[in-house]
Formats: sequence, C-alpha cells, structure tokens
Amino acid sequence: MSEMHAETVGYVRDTMLPEQDPPATSVGAIGWLRGNLFSGWFNSAMTILALIFIYWVMSIIVPWTFSPTWYATSLSECREILNEMGREGHFGGACWGVIRDRWVQLLFGFYPSDLYWRPILAFVLLFVALGPVLFSDYFPSKLIWFTAVYPFIMPWLLWGGSIWTPILVIAGFGIGYGAFRVVSGAVGNLGGLIAAVVAALVWWLFLLGPVSELIHSIIPAAINQVDSRAFGGFMLSITIGVVAIAISLPLGIVLALGRRSDLLIVKALCVGFIEFIRGVPLITLLFVASTLLNIFMPPGTNFDIILRVIIMATLFASAYMAEVIRGGLAALPKGQYEGADSLGLDYWQAQRLIIMPQALKISIPGIVSTFIGLFKDTVLVSIIGLLDPLGLSNAIRADSDWNGIVWELYGFIALLFFIFCFGMSRYSMYLERKLQTGHR
Amino acid sequence: MSDLAVDTEIDRSQMTVSDDIAIEINNMNKWYGAFHVLRDIDLTVNQGERIVICGPSGSGKSTLIRCINALEEHQQGKIVVDGTVLSNDLKNIDKIRREVGMVFQHFNLFPHLTILENCTLAPIWVRKVPKKEAVETAMHFLEKVKIPEQANKYPGQLSGGQQQRVAIARSLCMKPRIMLFDEPTSALDPEMIKEVLDTMIELAQEGMTMLCVTHEMGFARQVANRVIFMDQGQIVEQNEPEEFFNNPKSDRTKLFLSQILGH
Repeated sequence: MSEMHAETVGYVRDTMLPEQDPPATSVGAIGWLRGNLFSGWFNSAMTILALIFIYWVMSIIVPWTFSPTWYATSLSECREILNEMGREGHFGGACWGVIRDRWVQLLFGFYPSDLYWRPILAFVLLFVALGPVLFSDYFPSKLIWFTAVYPFIMPWLLWGGSIWTPILVIAGFGIGYGAFRVVSGAVGNLGGLIAAVVAALVWWLFLLGPVSELIHSIIPAAINQVDSRAFGGFMLSITIGVVAIAISLPLGIVLALGRRSDLLIVKALCVGFIEFIRGVPLITLLFVASTLLNIFMPPGTNFDIILRVIIMATLFASAYMAEVIRGGLAALPKGQYEGADSLGLDYWQAQRLIIMPQALKISIPGIVSTFIGLFKDTVLVSIIGLLDPLGLSNAIRADSDWNGIVWELYGFIALLFFIFCFGMSRYSMYLERKLQTGHR
Repeated sequence: MSDLAVDTEIDRSQMTVSDDIAIEINNMNKWYGAFHVLRDIDLTVNQGERIVICGPSGSGKSTLIRCINALEEHQQGKIVVDGTVLSNDLKNIDKIRREVGMVFQHFNLFPHLTILENCTLAPIWVRKVPKKEAVETAMHFLEKVKIPEQANKYPGQLSGGQQQRVAIARSLCMKPRIMLFDEPTSALDPEMIKEVLDTMIELAQEGMTMLCVTHEMGFARQVANRVIFMDQGQIVEQNEPEEFFNNPKSDRTKLFLSQILGH
C-alpha cells in the first residue's frame, strides 16, 4: 500500500488485478530442484553428499548384479567364471546359477512336478476370484459366485483327492441352513443359529468322510492326492497368506464390533481374545500349533500341519485387525450412528450400510499393513520345519554344490515378497483414491 | 436473532391443528449420571402443531426432542408417539423412528453415499420400497428442497445449507408423520440460514407436525403455533408466539428474550 493510501481511509478498487504467471524460479524443473534439493547451502551440501553415497553403493551393487553366471551348476563353477574375468572377493559378482537351478523349487517346494499345473491354475483362478471383490467396476457382478465357490476349489486343487469332498463341504452349509430353518421356527433365532452350527460341525467332522468315500466308491472322480509335506516355497507362503488374509478381515470386524458391544459377556470374550493373542508372539502360537496341539488331540487324529498353521496365523492377524478396525470405528463421528438410528435402520443394517463402509475406508492403511505383515510373517513357519522359501534356502545351502550362497537366494526371495507386498500397497492407494468422496 | 424469512408470504390455509394427539409426554425425567437433565416434562403435541423450543444452552431442549425418537433414553415417565409407547422394546423404537424424521445441527449425512443414495437408503432397507420407487420419491423431495441437480454428488461437495436441505429431504423420504429439528441452522453461515428456513416454512405450510429447537425467533413468530421456553431441564413457559414474545410472563423468559432479541 502506498503512502497516499495510508492517509485516505476510504478506498475503492476500480480495476481488478489480472492473474500473473508465477516467477520462473518457482515452477518447472528449476523450481523443483531449488525447492527440493538446493534450498540453502546446508541442503545443497547434503544433496551432494547423498549423491556421492548413492553412487558409491550403486558402484558395488550394479557390477555384482550383472554377472555372467546364469549357467553355472555350482558355486565353485561361478567362482571360476568370475576369476577368469579377474573379478574376485566378496563383491566379485553374483552366482545366479543357483536361481536357474532351483527357482522351480523355491516356487513349488517338493510338489510333484507333473502336477505343477494345479497350483498354477489355483493361483490364476485366485485372481479371477479376487477380481469382482477388488475391482468391482471392471468385472461382471455375476462373477462373485465364482468368488464364493473358490475357497472350496482352491484346497481341492492344491491337496487333490475326491471331487466329492469339496462338494460335500459346501453341502454342509446347506445342512446348517436347513437346521436353522427347522429349529428357529420352534425355538427362535438364537436356538436356530446354535442348531445350525452344531449340525454343520457334526456333518463336517464325523459324517463327511464316510459319505464322501461312499459316493466316491459309486461314482469315482478324483485327482491325485498331494501330501502337506510336499508343500513348500512360495506356493506355501501364498496359500497360508491368502487364506489367513481372507479369513482374518471378517473375523477382525466381528471382534472389533464385539469389543464395542454393550453385551458384557461378548465384550469380555472379545477383549480377552484380542489381548491374549496380541500378548503372545506369533512364533509361540506356531510352536503350539506344531507340537503342543498334538498332545491334546486324541491319538491317531491327523490334523493337517498346514491347516494348524493357517488357523494360528489367522487368529493372530485377526486380533490385530480387530484393533485396526476399532480405530476406524472410533474415528467415526457419533452423528453417523444417530443419523442411521433416526432413519430407523437396525443395528446390523446400520453397521453394514453406514458404519462399516466408512470405518473400513478409514482403516485401509492399517488393514493393508496388517495384511502385509501377515504375509511376511508366513516365513516364520520355517522355524517349525515347514519349507517356505526361507526354509528352502537353508535346504539349498545344505547341497554341497551351493554351500555358501547367501545373497542371491535372499535377494530372489526378497524380490518375490516385494512384488506381492508392493502390489498390495499400491492397491490400497488405488482403493483410497477410489473411495475418496470429497472432504467430510 | 435474525428476522429472516419475513419476506416470504406464509400461507396458513393448510396449517391446521387437528385433535389427534401426535406426541404425549407425561412426567418424564432423565438423568445423565447423577445430573438431572429433564425434570417432570409434560407435553402434548397434536397433529399439525408447529412447536418451537428455545432456551439457554444446557437447558435440555435438544435432549427433550432426542428422547422422542429414543436417541436418548429416559428413565422415568411415559412417552407415547403416534400411538406407540416408547419402551425398551426395540420393535417399538424402530416403529417410532420410522414415523419420526429428524434433522440434526451437523446434518449427519452419510459422506460415503451420494445425495440420492442418502435419500433412498432408509426407504429401501427399512420400508422395503422398490428401488425405482424410492428413487422417484427421493427426486421428488430433492426437487422440493430445490437441489435435484446435486443428486449424484457427495455430501462433501455441497455447501452447508445444501447439505441441511438434503438432510431434510432424506427424512421426508421416509414419509414421516412428525419432524424433529435439532438446531438445524446453528451450524450454518448466515447467508445459508434463509434457504433452510424457507424449506422448513414450506413444510409447515403443508401441515407437517414439527418440533424445532431453534434460536430463529423470526421463524418462531411466523410459523409456530406454540413456543416453549425451557430452563434447567424444565418447561418454564409456553404460549402462542404473539403472546410469548410481546408479553412474556416469567422473569427467566424476559431475561432470555432480552438477551437474544436485544441486539
């Protein structure tokens, strides 16, 4: 404001100012460099130091990575190839022969090689099943039926056996529903629910096996059975990870709702479960699954080790999931509950239509973090003797050909894990953007 | 406070009070912990009445109307809404909530749903109206509150006044017999208050039974057939608006009116 204006109190602007371009030093590449890398002498010095450090690290990693050892058949052959090129010592070069030799094993473990198509098919179908859930805009909504059936197809493809088993497992839900209809008419909904659970459990645990064998003896239809011992590598990690992820989310939602419930016993049970599971390391739970459970089981029961591990990983993740979702629920303003109540929505409608969509959206970063953590935690099963990628890397090193190889195997395993985890992370960002509906 | 909406011609031909009782409250008491918020409330509202409830903050006026649709639980006394006794029975509570619309100070729209979905949600899930019909009803009421063109936007993209009008439309879509307004204009910028009040006036002209907690005394003067003044959880004075504003009886009312009308 000029001096003239300082004296005159009344002031009316008669022309509006036109818009001007910002100064050249604040936009474009130069503006970006100035703003982010060279704003002030200290930051400029740090930028240069950082560049030098990055150059130093890359000058070691890049030549190590580009090493012509793809066709080597043992570590000593790798060393010979590198020695001939005059590259020696720790940073001489990678020995990629081990990956070429063993990558199939790292993916499938000891799964019979003539049956590789089954896990591959299961993996491809996984994406078909996930499509309608993850990208509902691009997939026909009818495909959701396939998503519903997939949980029964996948174990059948992986473990094999009679086709009747998964069909009869699905039938168990029908039996449970039938029991619900019959009993709820007489005793009410709660009685019906209990009857349904009991009927389904009796069916699955005691009747399913004999009935399946009976039908199989009449109409045989089966694919080769594969023992859990043969499972390994990434196939095992993905199997455990996907199943645990898929179950821990709904379980976590139920636990979170239970923890906020007004019903004292429900609340106490949920709090007790969550706090107990969170208070115990996962590895302890896995040891319980692998060794202690057998002691409590009746002798002769064959409770699959992978199934036991999946159950423990699921319970572990669901406790964390419950707390993540509880955070989302707590972030919702009370007005949302009141809005839903005032329109006459009942508790479950309000949860499903109003509360959960918003609470889950708020919790997406936490939920995906839990998923990623769970997926990476699957490597802990190597400690109880399952041959996940890390377990296999030890097995591979036990081979005299590859004794002493470390970085190449871990690098390969890390890369595969990174692809999955980064994929999940990017998906969560896509989802957050998609669900963005303006500021609240 | 403001003499808003005085420029609107009010058509009183439909604003008739019938003899049917819409809400009956007898000897109602409520406590928050040890704090006695509502004391011996007796109130009868007939169909077609437009009641404005005012009073200083903390006087229990919001709590009173929130008790009517069971957003707050009362501990003593009897509330009968549209012939249904308000008890702990969830069925009765749901029945009452279906018949009673409510508009909140902070709108409480559902931010993850579009305007149209906000309006059709409850009719579809609670009244089991077919979707097509629910959409038609919703568009009808959105036109009534003069924002049909915003139907596919999200609440976050609308101004406060527009959001509040959507909230009114959302309640109306349930075809309620009674509307409760809990300070519908207190969270709005001054220039948006009028559009919301106009919508409420229109509703009153059609004969809707309304209970409004508000400080819009211009609205009270024009639309209400009864003004209730509350203080310390009690109904201190109630009268027709003319009499209430020109000739308040209790000292407490006089003090309150002088404070809110004095500037």
